[in-house]
Amino acid sequence: MSIPEQAAEIRAAVVSRQISAVEICRATLERIRQHDGRIHAFLHVDEAGALARAERLDRDAGSGAGLPLLGVPIAVKDNICTAGIPTTAASRLLERYVPPYSATVVSRLERAGAVIVGKTNCDEFAMGSSTEHSAFGPTRNPWAPDRSPGGSSGGSAAAVAAGMVPLALGSDTGGSIRQPASLCGVVGLKPTYGRVSRYGLIAFGSSLDQIGPLARTSRDAAALFSAIAGHDPSDSTSADTTVADCGAALNGDARGLRIGVPRDLLEHGVEPGVREAFERGLAALGEAGASITDIALPHASLSIPVYYLVANAEASSNLARYDGVRYGTRITAHGPRTTLSDIYYGTRALFGAEAKRRIMIGTFVLSAGYYDAYYAKAQQVRSLIRHDFEQAFARVDLVALPTSPTVAFKLGERTADPLQMYLSDVFTVAANLAGLPAVSVPCGLSDRLPVGLQVTARPFDEATLLRVADALERRVNFTPLKMPA
Amino acid sequence: MAETLTPADVSRIAALARLDLTPEEIALFAEQLTAILAYADQVQQVDTSGVALTTAGMSGSEPLRAARGDDLVPSLPRETLLEQAPDADRAAGVFKVPRVLGS
Repeated sequence: MSIPEQAAEIRAAVVSRQISAVEICRATLERIRQHDGRIHAFLHVDEAGALARAERLDRDAGSGAGLPLLGVPIAVKDNICTAGIPTTAASRLLERYVPPYSATVVSRLERAGAVIVGKTNCDEFAMGSSTEHSAFGPTRNPWAPDRSPGGSSGGSAAAVAAGMVPLALGSDTGGSIRQPASLCGVVGLKPTYGRVSRYGLIAFGSSLDQIGPLARTSRDAAALFSAIAGHDPSDSTSADTTVADCGAALNGDARGLRIGVPRDLLEHGVEPGVREAFERGLAALGEAGASITDIALPHASLSIPVYYLVANAEASSNLARYDGVRYGTRITAHGPRTTLSDIYYGTRALFGAEAKRRIMIGTFVLSAGYYDAYYAKAQQVRSLIRHDFEQAFARVDLVALPTSPTVAFKLGERTADPLQMYLSDVFTVAANLAGLPAVSVPCGLSDRLPVGLQVTARPFDEATLLRVADALERRVNFTPLKMPA
Repeated sequence: MAETLTPADVSRIAALARLDLTPEEIALFAEQLTAILAYADQVQQVDTSGVALTTAGMSGSEPLRAARGDDLVPSLPRETLLEQAPDADRAAGVFKVPRVLGS
């Protein structure tokens, strides 16, 4: 039987009883079995749980007709807690952790009728841009298996790109939804800081982290975003704002929208093929009715160094909780007489190289004598970057850039040089530093690999972002990946 | 001025973070952290006189809900949480750790 690829079609088929949720679920699990041996997008597939859930939905189908994601299979990044389903954040420290509670986003997905099929691979604690820093081995890019899917939400992006699931959740601290979306040729949205609850998200950089959707179309991304957005009393940083019906805004045109392009940032380090695809994307937005103008973001070129000071300071603080006392793995470093200190050192030796590197940088910039020079200074420059966007949004409605300066890179190519890896996020981190929503949409191919166009909007204006993403998607020459049967 | 981190600096920072690094990791991190801090040096060059620090993910003008009421709400049962512990005394309701002080 042929199963629809998009969430909207799946829901419609289940609501009209053309296909049961169980049939959808079985076909999804079959596709995962077929492809994931090679791709390794999943760290855990919850076959029994997903089928039981689908059976319940079929039994209650009458009452589920209004549910926005009825019967839609979804994958969840493994740094988001799922009650009763292992949640490792791709770390040895949480290898056997099974959370006793679910993240708010997971509860909301269940209320919306979605079927969680499994947990996706990522860089350990979401720290990385290639999914190679997973303790359980890398994910491969479905477009070219010798290449990285990007990261840190590489498993979610690869699962959606390969058609294993129509939707996935990722998290984005410096580009971790948008960069893998770009490298895998799917749509990825980082919502405004505060828009989506982080209750149950394993913390990395708390002033930057957001959960968001990955999907094959802007319409599907909008449906998933609407299902998870909104105020949550369990997250004191979640904003009390109403969430517009983003689906209604997707009318296929971009008339009246002013899009600014900070051209100075494109002068160095952008691959020619990426540049060409980006310009074709801009032209398509022009045809959709948008006006394109040049703007300046004078401090945006400082985003990467500011980000790696701020994010790592927060990471070193957030990862201090992994002490082997209350949950997770405990390893005791054996001395003559074991003390508490021995379980700290023994347990924390389980961190991978990238997590250790970031804990070290963060600990250094927060340490006595260096705090003002590094951390406080970075937070001041962060204010200047925010101010640049405020100035820009006085003139334009949206800011466009390529999502990544390159197409998917080869596995192993960047792991030896952390700085080169960090530069993967050169165009994405500014939105996190400024708290702004941003989306990556496929805009073409370069060397037969996908290129993403990133659009950033004013706070809480995801509806305009998704509208312009949809307008681009309808006009641009991009065919989603078809995996061999 | 860009900071050069020596292996001794790396060991000192590792102790603050309770990380037990191998000699190879110490040598590698001394080199890599120095390079990362040199790259971050461009932040030091920016004139930030009179610029406020960003202190939150959202600016003050955005809609943050007022603090929650001081109400009792149910939380996860103690037994459930102790089940996650590497070592616990369930009957006493406590996590267990080795002795805190050395000999």
